[in-house]
Amino acid sequence: MTEEIRIGVFICHCGINIGGVVDVPTVVEYASTLPNVVHAERNLYTCSSEGLESIKAAIKEHNLNRVIVASCTPRTHEPLFRATCKEAGLNPYLFEFVNIRDQCSWVHMHEPESATEKAKDLVRMGVAKAARLEPLEELTSDVIPSAVVIGAGISGMTAALSLARNGFSVHLIEKEKEIGGMLRNLYRLYPTDELAEEFLEQRIKAVKEHKRIALHLSTSIKAVEGYVGKFKVILDENGVEKSIDAGVIIVATGAQEFEPEGLYEYGGERVITQLQLEEKLKKGDLDWAGIKNVVMIQCAGARGEVVGYCSKICCMNGIKNAKLIKEAHPDINVFIAHNELQAYGEEYELYYRDAKKAGVRFLRFPLERRPQVRRSDGKLIVDVFHERMQLDIPFEADLVVLSVPLVQNPDATQLSKMLKVPLGQDKFFFEAHIKLRPVDFATDGIFLCGTAHGPKDIGESIAQGYAAASRATIPLARGYVHSEPIISSVNEELCVGCGICESVCPYGAIEVVETEEGRRARVTGVKCKGCGTCGSSCIRRAIKMYHFTDEQLMAQERAAVVTEVIS
Amino acid sequence: MTVKSVLVIGGGVAGMQAAFDLAEAGIKVCLVEKTLSIGGRMAQLDKTFPTNDCAICILAPKMMDCYRHENIEVLTFSEVISVEGEVGSFKVKILRRPRFIDEEICNGCGDCARVCPMGILNKFDMDLRVRGGAYIPFLQAVPLIYALDREKCMRCGLCKVVCGKDAIQYDQKPEIVEMTVSATIVATGFDALDPSSITEYGYGRYDNVITALEFERLICAAGPTGGHVMRKDGKEVKRIAWIQCVGARDTRDNRPYCCSVCCMHATKEAILTKEHYPEVETYILYTDLRCFGKGFQEYVNRAKDDYGVEYIRGKPGEIREKEDTNLEIFYSPSSDKVEILEVDMVVLCTALIPSEGVEALAEVLGVELDEYKFFKLKDPYNFTETTRDGIFVAGYCQAPRDIPECIAHGSAAASRAMEVVLGGNRNEKSQ
Repeated sequence: MTEEIRIGVFICHCGINIGGVVDVPTVVEYASTLPNVVHAERNLYTCSSEGLESIKAAIKEHNLNRVIVASCTPRTHEPLFRATCKEAGLNPYLFEFVNIRDQCSWVHMHEPESATEKAKDLVRMGVAKAARLEPLEELTSDVIPSAVVIGAGISGMTAALSLARNGFSVHLIEKEKEIGGMLRNLYRLYPTDELAEEFLEQRIKAVKEHKRIALHLSTSIKAVEGYVGKFKVILDENGVEKSIDAGVIIVATGAQEFEPEGLYEYGGERVITQLQLEEKLKKGDLDWAGIKNVVMIQCAGARGEVVGYCSKICCMNGIKNAKLIKEAHPDINVFIAHNELQAYGEEYELYYRDAKKAGVRFLRFPLERRPQVRRSDGKLIVDVFHERMQLDIPFEADLVVLSVPLVQNPDATQLSKMLKVPLGQDKFFFEAHIKLRPVDFATDGIFLCGTAHGPKDIGESIAQGYAAASRATIPLARGYVHSEPIISSVNEELCVGCGICESVCPYGAIEVVETEEGRRARVTGVKCKGCGTCGSSCIRRAIKMYHFTDEQLMAQERAAVVTEVIS
Repeated sequence: MTVKSVLVIGGGVAGMQAAFDLAEAGIKVCLVEKTLSIGGRMAQLDKTFPTNDCAICILAPKMMDCYRHENIEVLTFSEVISVEGEVGSFKVKILRRPRFIDEEICNGCGDCARVCPMGILNKFDMDLRVRGGAYIPFLQAVPLIYALDREKCMRCGLCKVVCGKDAIQYDQKPEIVEMTVSATIVATGFDALDPSSITEYGYGRYDNVITALEFERLICAAGPTGGHVMRKDGKEVKRIAWIQCVGARDTRDNRPYCCSVCCMHATKEAILTKEHYPEVETYILYTDLRCFGKGFQEYVNRAKDDYGVEYIRGKPGEIREKEDTNLEIFYSPSSDKVEILEVDMVVLCTALIPSEGVEALAEVLGVELDEYKFFKLKDPYNFTETTRDGIFVAGYCQAPRDIPECIAHGSAAASRAMEVVLGGNRNEKSQ
């Protein structure tokens, strides 16, 4: 390299987050003694407007061609600092991040001196690597202006409609013969008590009539290839294989009701689930004549009994059905045995109060003493331990309704493998960030909405459907996507085409192809996430990871153990 | 700004998400924020449940992304004062209140704040810290532009003397900006109820009864005490109790609704306390534990099993202050007894209510509010739609919801606005 390396180091106090433990001025002083470092300074918050301006000014003033920020984590702040470098005319990949918050001030908060020494070590390592950084260019690729939405329940229908209204063609895939999803099995909806059928009818009509929505019924997904902007989805539509090209994919595959096999004497006509009750209410084929007492049991199978989570909607669903029964049959006693009651928000609390007014009786049990159902002389008895009275109360029930949780569909596992997107511990699809990115997957171009993400009710599913549509509209409306150039690249002269890299790549981004020279591995840049798995498994050392080259990493490692940096 | 643009009112996490999605899709956005900085309530929080992510650390990049976006114009310290016209073409007037510091010139150096002799309680820190008359609300404020508090300013003129950039303008006047937009998104968030009206808990009378947002600032490393939780008398805390539903699920003042987030943020604050001070005893007194979101039950389990947070069912009837300023909480765990829990600090999880000024804004926008001043929906199952075409809603101002729900809601409202701007098969006038 002929160009003179001129490194600027910016060390962040992060208020007292770093500065309260690490002796920042000492680290700045140390940094300025390192080879190639021509400027070092400290900032109260490097990520503040003031800090960023300071970086830009220093790049100009000191003619910097490498920038290091020693602060928090690249997970949240690297894009910001890279963009700042770019604004100052520096290639953003000539920026190096050093994490002295998580790795120094946080983990060693009780040893300030060692934390300071470690911060110096990390800065020295960063300087060693930075000197060897190469400028990289972002990749750009076109986006096919259409979407595939998998699942035509209420969230998928909402997402499809919004995307279509935003001007893009949508393929809406449904495994059943009809669209509508779980709503087709419901009787009435809370909090308005309107009929699910009527609610659904107008929405189905809007989807069916929209000229930009193509429905694929009785259709399953066979395979998914490609990447953001250029997906190819292979369908089995009524036994016929079809291939669809799309720029984005939305997963809206819904959930199903847990089957409480072996719990609470479940089975037969008298111990049923809420969904089974709704079907009966909908058909009107429940014989009320012999029913005097109805007991509903909340959290059946949930919150530690079988699944660990709270299923969010079962309390309101139970309250709704209890209220409907009570209103239609005032003489029937309806009890809801519950632990906590999830009547959250504005409307639901009011609805819960209405149910109480309608005469529904609420009995609270402690979670460690759930109700027991037993059969005795042909009678059905529910023993509820009343938390407040500290009493076991037996209720004779003519109908027991179990409020069971929503659980993931069994075919989700296969879909998650095809799309290469994860499921969480609860088996629901796992979003990119539980707080900040509720409808994105970590994989670009694939989005998520509705109960496939976790239990939620109609309004919440609709909101997420719109949200996924918004996120998916971004690449469609732009018509192109940028992707990071931190990817792998194969030296075909060294590659022997053994295929190990192809077998370990989690993103399907590398594959062995026949070339004139024989079998060689090839990388699809846009699919590569730069994880480095291929590089570390290559027996021929034929794979180079941009931004993490052997040379760069070795220099960093040397600097870790040798305090004199070799420039 | 011309048609094919969107007005977003409120720069909290929901409004920022809406603005960001629209801008990324190539649509021009004007983001109007009432206070001096975008960031909203989330910026005030220390950590967030259920991952204990540092709130400002994950929010700050989003704030900067919004502010720096080429398609977003951020107007802080501003209010929408008039909206006329209809979907596709709203004529909007925005009042820009004077900062008395030139926004173009100020570089955020803070020299004015350092010389200002005034001491004024900082609202961002829940009045627990003093700021100058020249100030920014918090260090990571976006934009980093100072303002003068002229109501309290004693006109000494020092700031003007020290400002090296000559940015101080004592005679700055309010300004009115006009623009035409295709659609509007309102995302004005919430305020915490002042619990002085709930007299039985003694807030305002007892030194060591504080609110959850005050606690949030106390335990925050960047907060007024540097993250040290201490009592008014400076003593270390040994036993803390959180009380849920203070002023919420309470019909006395017509606030029967549940605020949806307090059970979880009390759980979070108790966990954080245990992380800072493992020996401190923590109690959460509640009615129903509302842990219904993704990962919430697991978070509560961790609070109980791993951190030893104690959950007590019971809504306290009264709190009494003892002579040593410790507090006695009277509650009834079962139908036949009343128990007393003695602690040295009580944190009230107060009702979160639609933010101040929401009625005036609703009038400007020509939309209806419901009985509790949340924005009313045209269709109860479509959380994005207000009672006026082309005006959409996102976040807590429509109904109680947590951060990820506000973000999803922000995106959802963005998609509705995109339908107006991009799609055009609804409400399309002419091409």
